[in-house]
Amino acid sequence: MKKRNSIYSILVLFCCLYLNAQQTPAPNQTTAITITGATAHIGDGSIIANSVLIFENGKITTIASADATITPKGTHIDATGKHIYPGFIAPNTTLGLVEIEAVRATDDDSEIGMYNPHIRSIIAYNTESKIVESMRPNGVLIAQITPRGGRISGTSSIVQLDAWNWEDAALRIDDGIHINWPSPFKQGHWWMGEAPGFTPNKEYSKQVTALKEYITQAKASIASKKDPKHIPHMAMKGLFDQSQTLFIQVASEKAIVDVVSFVKENTFQKVVLIGAYEGYKVADLLQKNHIAVLTDRTHSTPFNEDDDYDQPYKNAKLLVEAGVLVGLQNSGQMERANTRNLPFQAGTVAAQGMDTEKALQLITGNNAKILGIDNLTGTLAVGKDATLFISIGDALDMRTNQLEHAFIQGRAISLKSHQTKLWKRYAKKYTQHTGTPKQ
Amino acid sequence: MKKILVSLCLLCITISIHAQEYFPKNDGVKTSNTNYTVFKNATIHTSPTTTIANGTLIIQQGKITAVGTTVSIPPNSTIIDLKGKHIYASFIDLYTSFGITLPKNKFSNPYGGNPQYHASREGYYWNDHIRPETDALTDFKYNTKKADALIKEGFGVVNTHVPDGIARGTGLLVALNNKGTRGDRLISEQSGQFFSFTKSSKSKQLYPTSLMGSIALLRQMHYDADWYAQGNASTKDLSLEALNAHKKLPQFFEAGSRIDGFRADKIGDEFGIQYTIIGGGDEYARMEQVVATNATYILPIHFPAAYDMTDPYMANLVSLADMRHWNQAPSNPATLAKKNVAFALTTHQLKKVSDFTTHLKKAIRYGLSTADALAALTTIPAKILKKEALLGRLQKGAYANFLITSDELFKEGTILYENWVQGHKNSIHELDQTAINGTYDLTIGDTTYQLSITGKPTKPVATIKLGDTTIGNTLSYKNDWVSMILRDPDTTKTTYTRIVTSIADNAKNWKGTATLSDGSTTGFTATFKKGNDTKKQEEKEKKQTVVYPVTYPNIAYGTTQLPTATHTLFKNATVWTNESSGILEAMDVRVKAGKIVEIGKNLATSNATVIDATGKHLTAGIIDEHSHIAAAAINEAGHNSSAEVTIEDVITPDDINIYRNLAGGVTSIQILHGSANPIGGRSAILKLKWGESADQLLYPNSPKFIKFALGENVKQSNWPSYSRFPQSRMGVEQVYVDYFTRAQAYEKLKKSGKPYRKDTEMETLVEVLNNERYISCHSYVQSEINMLMKLTERFGFRVNTFTHILEGYKVADKMAAHGVGGSTFSDWWAYKYEVNDAIPYNAAIMHRQGVTVAINSDDNEMARRLNQEAAKSVKYGNISEEEAWKFVTLNPAKLLHIDDRVGSIKEGKDADLVLWSTHPLSIYAKAEKTMIDGAIYFDIVKDKAARKAIQKEKNELIQLMIQDKNKGLKTQTPKKKEKQHFHCDTVESIH
Repeated sequence: MKKRNSIYSILVLFCCLYLNAQQTPAPNQTTAITITGATAHIGDGSIIANSVLIFENGKITTIASADATITPKGTHIDATGKHIYPGFIAPNTTLGLVEIEAVRATDDDSEIGMYNPHIRSIIAYNTESKIVESMRPNGVLIAQITPRGGRISGTSSIVQLDAWNWEDAALRIDDGIHINWPSPFKQGHWWMGEAPGFTPNKEYSKQVTALKEYITQAKASIASKKDPKHIPHMAMKGLFDQSQTLFIQVASEKAIVDVVSFVKENTFQKVVLIGAYEGYKVADLLQKNHIAVLTDRTHSTPFNEDDDYDQPYKNAKLLVEAGVLVGLQNSGQMERANTRNLPFQAGTVAAQGMDTEKALQLITGNNAKILGIDNLTGTLAVGKDATLFISIGDALDMRTNQLEHAFIQGRAISLKSHQTKLWKRYAKKYTQHTGTPKQ
Repeated sequence: MKKILVSLCLLCITISIHAQEYFPKNDGVKTSNTNYTVFKNATIHTSPTTTIANGTLIIQQGKITAVGTTVSIPPNSTIIDLKGKHIYASFIDLYTSFGITLPKNKFSNPYGGNPQYHASREGYYWNDHIRPETDALTDFKYNTKKADALIKEGFGVVNTHVPDGIARGTGLLVALNNKGTRGDRLISEQSGQFFSFTKSSKSKQLYPTSLMGSIALLRQMHYDADWYAQGNASTKDLSLEALNAHKKLPQFFEAGSRIDGFRADKIGDEFGIQYTIIGGGDEYARMEQVVATNATYILPIHFPAAYDMTDPYMANLVSLADMRHWNQAPSNPATLAKKNVAFALTTHQLKKVSDFTTHLKKAIRYGLSTADALAALTTIPAKILKKEALLGRLQKGAYANFLITSDELFKEGTILYENWVQGHKNSIHELDQTAINGTYDLTIGDTTYQLSITGKPTKPVATIKLGDTTIGNTLSYKNDWVSMILRDPDTTKTTYTRIVTSIADNAKNWKGTATLSDGSTTGFTATFKKGNDTKKQEEKEKKQTVVYPVTYPNIAYGTTQLPTATHTLFKNATVWTNESSGILEAMDVRVKAGKIVEIGKNLATSNATVIDATGKHLTAGIIDEHSHIAAAAINEAGHNSSAEVTIEDVITPDDINIYRNLAGGVTSIQILHGSANPIGGRSAILKLKWGESADQLLYPNSPKFIKFALGENVKQSNWPSYSRFPQSRMGVEQVYVDYFTRAQAYEKLKKSGKPYRKDTEMETLVEVLNNERYISCHSYVQSEINMLMKLTERFGFRVNTFTHILEGYKVADKMAAHGVGGSTFSDWWAYKYEVNDAIPYNAAIMHRQGVTVAINSDDNEMARRLNQEAAKSVKYGNISEEEAWKFVTLNPAKLLHIDDRVGSIKEGKDADLVLWSTHPLSIYAKAEKTMIDGAIYFDIVKDKAARKAIQKEKNELIQLMIQDKNKGLKTQTPKKKEKQHFHCDTVESIH
């Protein structure tokens, strides 16, 4: 009886939410919620097979094996046979910055100019994006919103995906600076009459020097006591006091080696490579220098004709085996809509022989560490945000990634979207037409 | 007969004399030189296979009058004794643009701004890139400097043309006679008709934008020429007139690559034309197909320089295929010769004409016989030109075009002394200059040095030693005079001794004067000891010609032998039949002669290769209804309808994506035309038989398909183009109304028996009207989807497949009623406005309304994971696993009308099977073996071995390249060649 009541209250909670075009953000958690019986995937590589998880006021207060005698609190959800995961974290996205790529008016992901550290993504992040709400039914609950373009693209921020406004969404504002490292290779532009292949980039050293000089200048500006301050330079202050992470988009082995020297020269402490397609060739170097990697999307084609067909599938595994801190990200073509497939990208790494819990860690615990939000989220641990979900099965596999409940900071969020609404509406259309629904 | 020949010869001579005679002369007396020049005691190579020892060659007025051993020497002769020397016919280059200056058009993006859709000219063909009326003679201006470069390499005659456009008009044959007049030099003002696949730089007319457009245009041009020849056209078309007038001339096609050569030959076959194909130098990799063309080839010998591999990071850019081509390309001429394919050689594609001899010698080192090399430069080009009486052989009546050499022509160290063209001498190296290579005792005063002379006989280099000390020196040798400067043996001094002597009298014992550093003079001698050992050098060079074996295809992951269908038994698998029997546990499946022959439990082995499938899943191969891999072109964007083009013309069987698709369990694909226009091009349906030729990949008796497209792409919404109809969905409908109305009228006229102009575009649309060709239509929003269904119903046919069909769920009932299938993405959306309402539940809703649903890729990456995409239908819309699996196998087979052959595991069907490591819809599944027609084209175990083999071969080739660099040979910067990855909205860069 008690159980039924609690299910009703959850239902009531959900029903309130389906009023507007976009999903209405859920209110703060007021009652404790207890989830029992589920396999809890902690996000640090471990599981609790039959678990009890309690969260109150938005924070996890208990996570333990059901064997321990723990009294359920507040609303009880029986999740026997089901699975609990920490909310998946999608780093390096442009969610909420672009709605429909082909419609220029909806594009807010990049600025003109080469050096834009002062450009801040957070203020353009659109919480009402239809794409953002479509992340949640797949378990993607947190994202890093990152500007694109230029040599220094700008400053990113980290948000949770259920909020009224960017300010409310923010988990960590201005968390990192994003650099696009020069490429040692130059690709021909066919529309300029060039062969579409790659050749050595003759400007490479010059471009690297220019970037290094910019950083040196920034350091000098930050040390300066004179006004007016140099706005772009000042935006990088956090890189030098370790309050910000430096993200560097880089692909080839040579460039990665150069990045490592650059990092050492500047004594940057928190550095993350994005992409690092050839990172596996210098994995030891990365490990030794404590440089983390957010690999290219696993669902991509090998860069070279001769490469192993599964190179992008296994890159993360190779780096993990070398002791590098690795997470997954999904930038690239049609990146926003496809970000919801992040769990399946982790599943693909598991298919290469990585332990599934380790693969899960790539998009939970590791991503949280890499983004510097592991104090808040990323694993199911006492004191952390209750940002988590219940799936009927293995959330890394498409067939069984089926969410029943999801919570962000303890708030029971809607799992509906523009897409699920259209689904219901048109499924209904055919019952209207024929009188009986076809099954 | 002989008499006729003689009188013909006489006639020729008289004509040539008359040609001069009727010109008035005011600067002197009018005489003509009728003296003979006689070359005697030479080894005369009258043809590549016949040699006269101690022969005599007599020429007069630019022609050969006699050649043989017992010829009588006329009294008015100048006699040149060529004892020990050789005479050869000089070379012919069939493919040049000698004397033609092309307008240098700066490349501009043809899609920038509003493109030009119509022809710029009137009175000519409707397409500016068809220029058969071009007469190279009009543009021709003899270029003495360029002629000299060719003469130095041994050429006497070149064929030239205007290398611009798809039909390029006629060329001319010119003797490289620097001293003659234009009239003397011109051997033929119409030596042949020239074609290619590339557009003219003289016009910006957009069509064709693709290789398949060029191919279709060539076909239509031939149909139109026939129509025109029959007098059916009402207006003048100077292009077609010229094309028809030059039909009987030799027909040259610049293909530029092996595969384009096959494509050109195929067009020729359709119209009864045997083109002489200008190849790409990569023919060696598919000789069986080269032989099958029956064509004579003109081969470039622009063998690639080694890549500079000293920087390993940069070396990573170069693919195994490109490294191999470096290694294999020099064997190209030899390989063709071995297969008895006739070919000529050309300087075309060489960076410098002066590289010709070096490259030719390389080809010889790589196995080309000197006789074949000579034939490729003399008799074969003469034959192609139908000028065998005049060119290519040393025979009576032929042009006096010949070479005088020190030894056999292509031997290392042989000197080309003279190249005579039309009886005029071009001296390249002094005829009588003696080679001085060898070692000598050089005595100056009381000191004896060791002198060693090496290098080219015409450019000798000296090494001088006094004991162990090397003496700095410079040597010059010209007109029998040797002079040297020797530095003082004491290297702290900068003083010199000079010696000079003429060796005209005795080349073995030099005697002369030495001027010492103090100005005093003394005598010196140099006594010949022995010649240089050249054999060792040659052998050394030969040793290095290791040619790596060609694979199928000739890139990474190719195999030296194609897999064959064997008797195979899969034991104890979970079998996804896609039939009423459903998913069967612990079943055996027998495959024989490419077919599934038996499904059952505990089947007898009976000599089959047994594959233990315990714990594994066996399914029908995945079929991708919407693919753009393995094609050289996807969009013909030049017109709003391109029904005349077909992807079948542009299959590229060596695309690595085929292999990667196999590794994802894909066995069949439909390569669709892109979505650049409402009526796109015809499809190609392939089995991914990795390594097979383009033709072998195509389904036999393939169902016929054409791509249509609706929405943003066809109205060009997403790029700044405002001049092409249609610009709205309203206009799209009218494009169809227009074309189908015209197609109906066309068919009516065709059936009436009256003359009609054969139009490939209309022929295709008539097939559509008659339900003989199926439409796969790119579509997004419900309004346009319904429009096309209603429109086709009005014209009496139906749409076969809507592809993309992202709003199919909104009109699924109407689709089911129309009988059209839906081939969709699992979850793509939000990339453009018309996919704003795309939902991942689309497949499920359409399926539940009775629409045959497939999940496709339109993407070379996603194609590798279509099993996962199918699995998303379980997540989005609760489709059963068994039905979801059909979305990527049986259902696309149905949509493609190949479900009688593939798509399920059933006795009698093609053995296109995939063995999965686990449940095929699981994210954790890997394709372990992919079988097509009973042969295994992907095997995860062999893949592992291939990876190692690729690393090994690359490493060996890198070592060889570094050796080349260390030898001081030219290298090139590492490059990574890239094929474009196509989606249906990719507009390709070809042309």
